[in-house]
Amino acid sequence: MMSVPAPQKDMRMFLIFVVVVLTSPIWLAPIGAGYPQLLQAFAIFGIFAIGFNVLFGLTGYLSFGHAAFLGAGSYTAVWAFKLLSMNIIPAILFSMVIAGLFAALIGFVCLRRSGIYFSILTLAFAQMSFNLAYSVLTPITNGETGLTLEAGDARILDPVYENAAAGGLPSPNFFGLEMADFGGYAGVYVCFAVLILAFYVYLRIFRSPFGLKLLAIKSNQNRMGYTGFNTRPYLMAAFVISGIYAGLAGGLMAVTDPLAGAERMQWTESGAVVLMTILGGVGTLFGPLLGATLIEYSENIFSAVNKTELIEMFSFLGQDGAAAMASVLSLFVGEGWLLTLGALFMIVVIFLPGGMMQGISIINERFFSKKPAGDGEKPGAGKAQEV
Amino acid sequence: MSDIVLNVSGVNKTFGGLKALTDINLKIEAGKTHAIIGPNGAGKSTLLNVCVGRLEPDSGVVDFNGTSLTGKTPYQINQLGVARVFQTPEIFPDLSILHNVMIPAFAKKEGEFSFNPLASLFGSNEVQDEAEHVLNDLGLTSHRDEHAGSLSRGDKRRLELAMCLVQHPKLLLLDEPTAGMSRHDTNRTIDILKKIKERGMTKVIIEHDMHVVFSLADYITVLAQGTIIAEGSPEEVKGNPKVQEAYLGGEHV
Ligand SMILES: Nc1ncnc2c1ncn2[C@@H]1O[C@H](COP(=O)(O)OP(=O)(O)OP(=O)(O)O)[C@@H](O)[C@H]1O
Ligand SMILES: [Mg+2]
Repeated sequence: MMSVPAPQKDMRMFLIFVVVVLTSPIWLAPIGAGYPQLLQAFAIFGIFAIGFNVLFGLTGYLSFGHAAFLGAGSYTAVWAFKLLSMNIIPAILFSMVIAGLFAALIGFVCLRRSGIYFSILTLAFAQMSFNLAYSVLTPITNGETGLTLEAGDARILDPVYENAAAGGLPSPNFFGLEMADFGGYAGVYVCFAVLILAFYVYLRIFRSPFGLKLLAIKSNQNRMGYTGFNTRPYLMAAFVISGIYAGLAGGLMAVTDPLAGAERMQWTESGAVVLMTILGGVGTLFGPLLGATLIEYSENIFSAVNKTELIEMFSFLGQDGAAAMASVLSLFVGEGWLLTLGALFMIVVIFLPGGMMQGISIINERFFSKKPAGDGEKPGAGKAQEV
Repeated sequence: MSDIVLNVSGVNKTFGGLKALTDINLKIEAGKTHAIIGPNGAGKSTLLNVCVGRLEPDSGVVDFNGTSLTGKTPYQINQLGVARVFQTPEIFPDLSILHNVMIPAFAKKEGEFSFNPLASLFGSNEVQDEAEHVLNDLGLTSHRDEHAGSLSRGDKRRLELAMCLVQHPKLLLLDEPTAGMSRHDTNRTIDILKKIKERGMTKVIIEHDMHVVFSLADYITVLAQGTIIAEGSPEEVKGNPKVQEAYLGGEHV
């Protein structure tokens, strides 16, 4: 009956989210996802995707250039490690600030247009940034090689003896706790903590009058004008917020692995976040997180499989059968895993235009709903406010 | 003579070769309900478009309470106190009815832009109360949580009226507010409009339904082919042979 979930319900949902995230190393282990690199990737791309959803999900403006902010965040974080301190706090804060400023600049230009023109403009800007990072800006980005830590870095905030200590490179730490500690789980839980904070802010944005106005812009931007709203600054704010989230994700990439390369600004990265959001469910609270997790997980699983393993897997078909099966399926694994992703994406978009969240709500309605079937709204039609 | 809220003087507007408005002069008095009638394509909606910043006139000026609206954007004009119901309903089809009405209430309360991403919608009691109050006035309370896009055409129109009323505009422009409504709903809308007239709201209303026009209007302007062919009190207009010929076409009113 109520279309506005009550605050208590939100709080309960948030707490469940926290528990699910914090215990994920345990329950993801049986499906082969319980190791640090992948868990970090879930959190980092989750942050990237929820931030993207603030723009795409709430306002409907589809950016194809958010990798630029991801890259900017990474470069900034590495520079913070080089110049200031190996403590991750300044690195994370600066990556958000710089990405935010960068987003303000790009948003200012791109938001003069809407629809496909906006998308193309963002794509053009991101590719421009990528090319700049690769060539002209080499003094800042170290071009093709990528930006890495060096023994001789200034690190003005770190004590001198620490800098001098050992011949090796220092590693990012949180007031002494190194990201590699506890077999890499220190880094995982830092990412989880940031994800939880980021998700909390995101939830608040969704439940704020500001978020409602963004949804209204998506629904009927013209009406917003005749209703007395200047929509440009609202779009600008959403764009910058999503840029800051992308910068934060980029910063965390550098925190867990202190290097930054131009390829992070490639359009494929921008495309990935679009796919994650659509796959999970545009405009839904949890969709982008699900999409990010699914894509990162499948990449890991499918790209790791090779032909020999496939032949082994299908050995029960006999030698010829296994070979035939393997040669077909090998198109979809290893290097070819993108083919799997493409197929998956097509299936979801065709059968579940509302993404995985739509699938979940259909299952929910079918099997767990107390209401008689057919009472629900049309699937995918403007269910943005609900989860 | 009482205060003039809206003063349209010497407005011309052409689309390509088509003269949609030719030298229009119009004064809307405070607190009055001013009807604009005329056959299809007469330029009635175009006249409102010029008043809310959707179109710039080729020449002439529109003043609202002494402020020129020339060069002003739709949101600036709304913030001055002008609200409009469109001929084809302009609502937020993906949002709930309640949210549709809360949004304009926020615009009235917080202005053209306010950045409060961490404020809670649940805490916006004042705005929500106002919205619910207006929904109640318009008999839309039972639809409160439905998506606006699923409403009937008549209900969409009523919702749009609610979205305007919640802002307590100084000037309300209504483009065929009862088109597509049943007789019962039309009468209800007439009652609502009468009620807000008692509160002193100035209104401009475009209508084809003469029952609505003669129930509400203090003054009538008749437009045909972009020019004003007659104006006056309802009685004067009713008796004007030019109007009979151009518009009423023998219809008994
Ligand atoms: N944006 C536009 N571009 C081109 N022509 C337009 C535009 N808007 C209106 N017109 C034309 O101007 C003339 C007046 O249109 P308008 O919509 O003002 O008429 P109206 O009196 O509101 O008619 P109706 O009773 O059918 O709503 C029509 O011939 C219409 O086709
Ligand atoms: Mg019209």
